[in-house]
Amino acid sequence: MSQQQENETDKLLRSEVRVVNIGLREFARDLSSCKIPVVHVDWSPPAVTNPKIASLLAKLGG
Amino acid sequence: MAEPSLSEKITAANAEAHRRLLGGEPVLVDVKLAREAIPKLADRTVLHAGPPIGWSRMCGPMRGAVAGAIVFEGWARNLAEAEKLAASGEIRFEPNHHYNGVGPMTGITTRNMAVLVVENRAFGNRAFCTVNEGMGNVMRFGGNDQEVVDRLKWIAGTAGPALGAAVRNRKGIPLKNIIARGLSMGDEMHMRNTACSSLIVRELAADLAETAPKELPRILRFISGNDMFFLNVVMAMAKSIAMAAHGIEHSTVVTTMCRNGTDFGIRVSSTGDTWFTGPAQMARGLLFAGFTEADGNVDIGDSCITETVGLGGFAMAAAPAVVGFVGAGTLNDAINYTKSMTEITVGPNPEWTLPTVSMMGVPTGIDIRKVVSSGLLPVINTAIANKLPGRGQIGAGVVTPPMVCFEQALMKFGEMNGAL
Repeated sequence: MSQQQENETDKLLRSEVRVVNIGLREFARDLSSCKIPVVHVDWSPPAVTNPKIASLLAKLGG
Repeated sequence: MAEPSLSEKITAANAEAHRRLLGGEPVLVDVKLAREAIPKLADRTVLHAGPPIGWSRMCGPMRGAVAGAIVFEGWARNLAEAEKLAASGEIRFEPNHHYNGVGPMTGITTRNMAVLVVENRAFGNRAFCTVNEGMGNVMRFGGNDQEVVDRLKWIAGTAGPALGAAVRNRKGIPLKNIIARGLSMGDEMHMRNTACSSLIVRELAADLAETAPKELPRILRFISGNDMFFLNVVMAMAKSIAMAAHGIEHSTVVTTMCRNGTDFGIRVSSTGDTWFTGPAQMARGLLFAGFTEADGNVDIGDSCITETVGLGGFAMAAAPAVVGFVGAGTLNDAINYTKSMTEITVGPNPEWTLPTVSMMGVPTGIDIRKVVSSGLLPVINTAIANKLPGRGQIGAGVVTPPMVCFEQALMKFGEMNGAL
């Protein structure tokens, strides 16, 4: 790691923590309960890998 | 006004399917011989659990039960002749579901067996299931010796008529309230029916005393000695409910789930009588002492009609006593199983509530779109049968259908609705 990168990392860790939580909502809830601001992004890995089925699902909704 | 989109049509159709699943009024109305209850059930026809299958692909327990049923009916003198006859092509094999019936495990039903008759009075349809034989050496696990045949004859000739008379004496026994009470007493109605089996004895005892006083002690001992007696009642009930939700144009709700010990099969409300099948899976769970997974048969039986209407694995949170038995972990795990099923269903059933989950209604109406898009499969509680005929149950566990059933159904739906 370069000196500049180390400085950046150091600065990040010393600054106020700002969290974007992606996926499991429980992690966001835990942080919120500790009064740590967190933005939750509702996301899960796509269960459908077959493009034909994915395209069909997009038309059928649900 | 603009034509609703396909997605909007599906939403409306699934709401209707959900309304019908919740709006059923199932009543146990009779116990009679299958040939009387199901007139189109022909001679030399054997109904079995699961999607269609022929003799050559049947598993051990299914073959054992078929041979036993052939001897029971007198179509062959012994088991060896029965197997020969079954393999000859002279016996017609058909799913129970093609006759509005269901049966646990091997699910074998023939003309002279007694069946429970449940009428869904809200929609005017009837469904059928054989009478539960008890545990151990029984036909549903492939048992086929004289003890099994003699018990089936006693059920058909003595217990069945007596139960039928008692039920008719009562002008039918409404079942929805019994289920609601059972859920609050620790039953999930698939692997635990202890409470409801007791409740049905209370319902029937006085009428049995009037209609069959001589046989009363034996019949009461037979029912009381079998915690799973009510399973077959709830299966016929669930079938009568699911039937009413079948045939709704644009609905993606599952109306049948079942397995024949080789294949798992589903049917969907709007896709007619087409079966979508894939390989039945081995249940994960607890095996009785002395058995290994190699002794078990893959998933078998029509009993997951219970999950199809929101009971069984979908109501696992109701049954703390069964969680360990099926190897599902802790009560919290059971609650999680139940909660996760809300992800793939249309909505809750407010009449069947779960005390351990703040009286949440059981998740009801499996939507194939939600199953495929989430990757979350229906959770089924199940018994594990010995793969050798007639050896009975060797454990219990949790199992899921293969995803391919839901993917095939979705593709068929897309094709039927011009969405591919």
